[in-house]
Amino acid sequence: MYDFTYRRPRSVKEAEEFLRTSFEPQLLAGGMSLLPSMKVRLSAPSTLVDLSDLSELKRVKVENGQLEIGAMIRHFNVLTDAKVIELIPGLSELASGIADHQVRYRGTIGGSMANADPAADYPAAALALNAEFITNHRRISCDDFFLGMFTNALDESEILCRISFRIPLASCYIKIPHPSSGYAMTGAFVAKYEDGYQIGVTGAASTYFRHCDMEIALNNGAKANECLKIAAPDNDYISDIHASAAYRQNLVRVVIANAIEKLHSLDS
Amino acid sequence: MGLHTIRLNINGQLRNASVRSNTLLADLLREDFRLTGVHIGCDTSQCGCCTIHLDGEAIKACSILAVQAHDHSIITIEGLASSDGKLHPVQQAMIDCHGLQCGFCTPGIVMLLVDFLRKFPNADEWSIRRALDGNLCRCTGYQHIIDAALKVVTNNNPKPLNSGQGSDREKDV
Repeated sequence: MYDFTYRRPRSVKEAEEFLRTSFEPQLLAGGMSLLPSMKVRLSAPSTLVDLSDLSELKRVKVENGQLEIGAMIRHFNVLTDAKVIELIPGLSELASGIADHQVRYRGTIGGSMANADPAADYPAAALALNAEFITNHRRISCDDFFLGMFTNALDESEILCRISFRIPLASCYIKIPHPSSGYAMTGAFVAKYEDGYQIGVTGAASTYFRHCDMEIALNNGAKANECLKIAAPDNDYISDIHASAAYRQNLVRVVIANAIEKLHSLDS
Repeated sequence: MGLHTIRLNINGQLRNASVRSNTLLADLLREDFRLTGVHIGCDTSQCGCCTIHLDGEAIKACSILAVQAHDHSIITIEGLASSDGKLHPVQQAMIDCHGLQCGFCTPGIVMLLVDFLRKFPNADEWSIRRALDGNLCRCTGYQHIIDAALKVVTNNNPKPLNSGQGSDREKDV
């Protein structure tokens, strides 16, 4: 790998200071996407600011009726944390399917959200759970946080500290994983609230999206087999060697119907 | 840029090293400490051959900077057997079940299984198969590796297992 400057701040304030004063800085969370991409120079920051010592980013707590997860919480912790399992089991289930056992020990929820890979799993949950992204400066709503492929709304001195999720009555995540990488070819997170359903879709298109027609149908009592009849909205679906755009668009209704079926079986 | 002086516990011994920012932990362990059981198969986090324990957690040493291991504790395959030479139960089970052929992936697989079976001592076959997601083996077809892991589980649990025991969270997708 090429040479760079490595800095390890002791506080969020110091991390922000490093971001302001270093040459071409980049935050390092778990490094499971960043370090491999630096090896092949898809990323080439001159300074890495490693967040791994910031214990304030490693808490899971219930705050104002929302579940707040620190940005440096690792996938393995999301998978095994008692509060997550109790309050949003779909999120724990989602974390169990990210990458592999070793990578789940290092990769973080904040790093994954900020990286905004179009096939990442967490953003589907963010959409379905009305996530709010709490930084050292402000709170950013889910709609405003993801700006497109690998692009987020954080400014240059901003650090994602926590992510706050609405707690649903029931939740479930299902994806068709790419057989090699495990990334979602298409994945859907379904959350059920007292006031209706919310569905976030990842992996299918260049940006994550809600499936509003499907939500309305479910709110009107549609069953899983009826969900299969509701086509996915037109979108900028991804087409590559693994699956065509039409195939991915079709997967949207399939994964959602599967998720609904699973959700109902958990309910009953 | 520049050198970082780091201090780490490797296989029970306190060691110091001077590393560049861009030195990977796998390279430090192999080149500076000659722990060549840390195999580098791909260098892209795919193959799992470089799996070691960092503070008791199985991670891929090619995907972490050496400087990040400062003040942490590392166990490699060389540190797994007891000092009198008695193999770790996972190592012994791999031999008993013929869980290796060429042996290149074996250190990584052993380190993965030691961690996984410590966290989930009642793991069933399905969750063991999933746990091996991040380790590639091109010889065995995996079946004998699974057999070895299941033998360790059986030895951990002298009584017959009820089906459905094991890591529910890991099983649940």
